[in-house]
Amino acid sequence: MSRVVVDVVLKPEISDPQGQAVLGALGRLGHDSIRSVRQGKHFVLEVDGTPDEAELKQIAETLLANPVIEDVELHLGA
Amino acid sequence: MRIGVITFPGSLDDVDAARAVRLAGGEPVALWHADHDLRGVDAVVLPGGFSYGDYLRAGAIAARSPLMQDVVAAANGGLPVLGICNGFQVLCEAGLLPGALTRNSHLHFRNRDQVLAVERADTAWTQDYETGQRIVIPVKNGEGRYVAADADLDRLEGEGRVVFRYEGGNPNGSSRDIAGVTSENGRVVGLMPHPEHAIEDLTGPSTDGLGFFTSVLKAVVNA
Repeated sequence: MSRVVVDVVLKPEISDPQGQAVLGALGRLGHDSIRSVRQGKHFVLEVDGTPDEAELKQIAETLLANPVIEDVELHLGA
Repeated sequence: MRIGVITFPGSLDDVDAARAVRLAGGEPVALWHADHDLRGVDAVVLPGGFSYGDYLRAGAIAARSPLMQDVVAAANGGLPVLGICNGFQVLCEAGLLPGALTRNSHLHFRNRDQVLAVERADTAWTQDYETGQRIVIPVKNGEGRYVAADADLDRLEGEGRVVFRYEGGNPNGSSRDIAGVTSENGRVVGLMPHPEHAIEDLTGPSTDGLGFFTSVLKAVVNA
């Protein structure tokens, strides 16, 4: 069995009000050096046998992420 | 006229949608997300709610349910489909409508009576309205901010596929005040506000929402 990690983040042009709210909280806590926060999702998949990269790419791009608003990064052998 | 209303796990407004169909003069038909059976309906409503608890993304898992495969095939063949709120999110996730619905820009759940401007009065669900008409129906969402790439928004507006825009304030930060859009053939419509909650004076801010459900009865007859 192997592990595959998929990270999903909003595209840069899509505003992220949740990330902005986190940034606001960091400012109130005195962390003035933090310039920007973007919130995303982190998926860990356990896969039987050797991962099929094409299949995992399809899973990441068609279910785990919505390509209209999100970018996806696939990490095989994580 | 048989109008199907799909219930997903977490649907909330399926009963209200069925009631709206009945008051408009149609026969509501209950459809279950896990069946592969549209039961011969003449049109379909995807109701509001929180299907699958909004897990992954609002509407994402419902859009991959067995019945949605049949809805997508039938819609591509011209079946009228209306997505309200969570139903709109499902239609976008299923690829029947362009764009996506994201977290409200102010992060608050917003629940109020909302003025909408009708921009398209010739879709299957809006022909009982007039272009330029203002209607008041409730809006209630936390993830109702309509977004798409700028080029896609330009194309949608150029093709006249914006059906409704918010007036008197944008409740969720939607791009270009877009409240609802339609498919190329005008048979599929999605919007965040809730016409099924504005069908009787006793319970709604108006009866402006009834026109969706009377419109589709005519659209089915004339198809």
